[in-house]
Amino acid sequence: MRRTILAALGLALFATPALADWQTTLAAARGQTVYWNAWGGDARTNAFIDWVGQQTEKRYGVKVVDVKLSDTAQAVTRVISEKAAGQNSGGSVDLIWINGPNFLSMKDKGLLYGPFVKDLPNSKFLDLSSTSPNSRDFTVPVDGYESPWRLAKFVFTYDSARVADPPRTMQALLDWAKAHPGRFTHPDVSNFMGATFLKQALIDLAPDPYVLQQPATDATFAKETAPLWKWYDALRPNLWHHGESFPANQSVQNQLLNDGEIDMSMSFDPASAAAGIQQGLLPKSVRVFVPEGGSIGNVSFVAIPYNAAHKAGAEVVANFLLDPTVQARQQNIDVLGSYSVLDPARLDAAEKAAFAALPTAPALPTGAELGSTELEPHPSWMTRLTAAWAKRYTK
Amino acid sequence: MKVEGRALRGIVLLLVFGGIVLPILAGFWQTARAAFGVMPALGDRTASLAPWYTLFALPGFATSLRLTLVTGFGATALALILATGFCAAVHGRIGPQAAARMLSPYLATPHAAMAIGLSFLIAPSGWVVRLLSPWLTSWRVPPEAITVGDRWGLALILGLLVKEVPFLLLVILSALGQIPVRRHLAQGRALGYGRGIVWIKVIMPQVYPLIRLPIYVVLAFTLSVVDVSIILGPSNPPTLSVAVLRWFSSPDVNRMMPAAAAALLQAGIVLAGIALWWAGERTVIRLGHWWIGRGGRGLSAEPGLWMASALVAGLMALGALALVVLLIWSWAWRWSFPEALPQSWSARNWIDPSGSWYRALAATVEIGLATTGISLALAVAWLEGEQRVGGGRLRWATGLIYLPLLVPQIGFLYGLNVVFLEAGLGGSMAAVIWAQTLFVFPYVMITLSDPWRALDRRLVAAAASLGATPLGRLVRVKLPILMRPILTTAAVGFAVSVAQYLPTLFMGAGRIATLTTEAVTLSSGSDRRIVGVYAILQSALPFAAYGAAILLPSILQHNRRALTGGFS
Repeated sequence: MRRTILAALGLALFATPALADWQTTLAAARGQTVYWNAWGGDARTNAFIDWVGQQTEKRYGVKVVDVKLSDTAQAVTRVISEKAAGQNSGGSVDLIWINGPNFLSMKDKGLLYGPFVKDLPNSKFLDLSSTSPNSRDFTVPVDGYESPWRLAKFVFTYDSARVADPPRTMQALLDWAKAHPGRFTHPDVSNFMGATFLKQALIDLAPDPYVLQQPATDATFAKETAPLWKWYDALRPNLWHHGESFPANQSVQNQLLNDGEIDMSMSFDPASAAAGIQQGLLPKSVRVFVPEGGSIGNVSFVAIPYNAAHKAGAEVVANFLLDPTVQARQQNIDVLGSYSVLDPARLDAAEKAAFAALPTAPALPTGAELGSTELEPHPSWMTRLTAAWAKRYTK
Repeated sequence: MKVEGRALRGIVLLLVFGGIVLPILAGFWQTARAAFGVMPALGDRTASLAPWYTLFALPGFATSLRLTLVTGFGATALALILATGFCAAVHGRIGPQAAARMLSPYLATPHAAMAIGLSFLIAPSGWVVRLLSPWLTSWRVPPEAITVGDRWGLALILGLLVKEVPFLLLVILSALGQIPVRRHLAQGRALGYGRGIVWIKVIMPQVYPLIRLPIYVVLAFTLSVVDVSIILGPSNPPTLSVAVLRWFSSPDVNRMMPAAAAALLQAGIVLAGIALWWAGERTVIRLGHWWIGRGGRGLSAEPGLWMASALVAGLMALGALALVVLLIWSWAWRWSFPEALPQSWSARNWIDPSGSWYRALAATVEIGLATTGISLALAVAWLEGEQRVGGGRLRWATGLIYLPLLVPQIGFLYGLNVVFLEAGLGGSMAAVIWAQTLFVFPYVMITLSDPWRALDRRLVAAAASLGATPLGRLVRVKLPILMRPILTTAAVGFAVSVAQYLPTLFMGAGRIATLTTEAVTLSSGSDRRIVGVYAILQSALPFAAYGAAILLPSILQHNRRALTGGFS
């Protein structure tokens, strides 16, 4: 009896305040303007962020300003220089589209606000168990410091008018590149897409891929990357521009594909080919394929800096992004074509139906075609990979 | 009057010192602290040389350095040679008015827009190849050639030439107005020298001192340019300035300190570069004295002059095509290789439901008007103070004004941002306007001081003898007479403001988006159609300003015949 009362008391103390807290958050957020810092190179994402802002203003009185970055690290740098100047509140960045090394860097340096994810009412639609991709960002525990937004998965795109049968293993890719010199390349490795390509190759070529889940040491790094470098040394002379220069990012590489300078590109968004065709940015014959053994996948998040001026508003936006109708809209190929992070098992029938009713397109891969998802290696592998690559090939 | 003039000049000097020199010094100080390992935000408080060792050990550092030097000196020297050759060949054949009209589109178009257009023009899959394919070349896919982003930086040099040659042409043409070219040419020809040789031996030695400062500005700019380098330069490794920006924005925050060291180094390179150029001048002067004194005749420089003219004409054609192709892209929907023109057209790029280009346009105009207004007011006060004191230019003070043009922006902008943040001004419109004024004011001074000093003093004296007060003389005599050069100056200032990239990026904390920051950001994406829209707007704004500068005086002063076309 006593225990029940205590439990009830506990519930009263911990459960209701959460809801009450959300009411407080909503009240505090009203009238705020959230400066959302996001990579601005994708017009559809920019349009989607605009739409989100219109909705949150209408529903919660929260305005969103899309601060378009050419590199997410700019927002990190901004928060660091604000901290350098002692500006510990009223900062200029309220919300960042973030993941991987940028997240690790901010979390390590104590630059993030949180944990806040469990405070968001819509987090009930998420699988937040410790092994879920929502809880581990590049193997780093999220600990509630960033809220999931959209799903990313590595895919190759190719022009089916020029490539009949795309190479589905790294070895086949090398053979294909030798047979078609100058027709393949990857984004610069200083860009995350270029680094991801190397990681994908590393996972496929490493003698023991499980080691990649642990932080890299000098010994494991040398051992696991040896086959990768051998493969890459053979590949590089056959790349576009003889592997001496690289497109700055995946958008520039897509442009090269559209210009016919190369036959293949890559993306972290399985819907990007279909989206590109729809926008007139890619030839209608472009299709998607995934390496035989599956490909790297991860979740993109939004995070709030420790000194953000409008934390309540930022939480409202983060929560709104997890609304099933918003996630369904975002997955719509006509809008953004970015896969949902919600757990289908936690949706009711109507919400599931909204996802099932989404339109399809010829260049949009089915779930089966996307194959299995491989885990991101620990971030130390990416840091070491890019450094080692620069050392070997930036002369 | 003298006292009053001194006070006026003192106030302006104070403003210039407090508003320009101090912030730059403060910016350098903050950058230098980081360069020597002092960054309290990262918990580093003890000075060390570690960032420098890291910098020198970074892969590709030596190549970046070499690229910067080759493209910077190469572009400046080539631009000077080409502009001189062109002037020698066409001088006397084109009037200064016509020349200014011809050059203004090139001057008005921001570097980034020109570079974006040019990169599409000369790429293996670009417009030139598309126009010739497949009917002439039989290429169904683009040839395997490297044009944009070649590892020697040739495309980058070309892109810089397209912008810097017209600038130097304008500077040389206006300097020629101060020299009796015709008479010297005739005398030289009479002594048996060819036209080209007279130019080299007689005219250029007189022109050079008048254009030395603009040449230093060009050199400083080409050694530290960022936006053009991102678009046209090599990427692995890039030029030093781009590498610095990359390190500043690296996810690995430990790169910040080597980045600050590199930013300082960049400043050192520019200063050393100017010193080196100056030493080169001394050598050329010695050799030149000996060569001129020898009096050799019969040597012909004509073929060289005509080649230079042909190259300049080629550059101008490339620049014009680059702008045309941007205009086409902004109305295109689907345009793939090898079509000469888009397969489908659309107005969708211009229809902007979210109003983002409209907002950027409004911000650009607002900042441009504010910076131009402030700079113009400062310049008029400075020049008026100078005249009231009576003559004597303060040479060292003039040097201060040009400081922002001669030290690379990246060297102090990071530190300046820290200073502004500490003052609670970070990310505000005011911070951007201030930072841009640093770079707009020098150009305004360069443009306005000659016509101002050339004003016929007798007019002012006549007004004074009729009882006009100093203020009355300024407002009712000088300003109306100088309306045309003042408006031209305003147009120049406005154009400089529109083109500012790094100051807006650093000081605006990304919150203030102008056409230029949006265009450069978008060019990191792939949508040439949207980039086309921004680049066209970016070029159209300064162009409208130049147009207004030409039209307004004719309308407002249509009944003042002696003022129309009197000063230029």
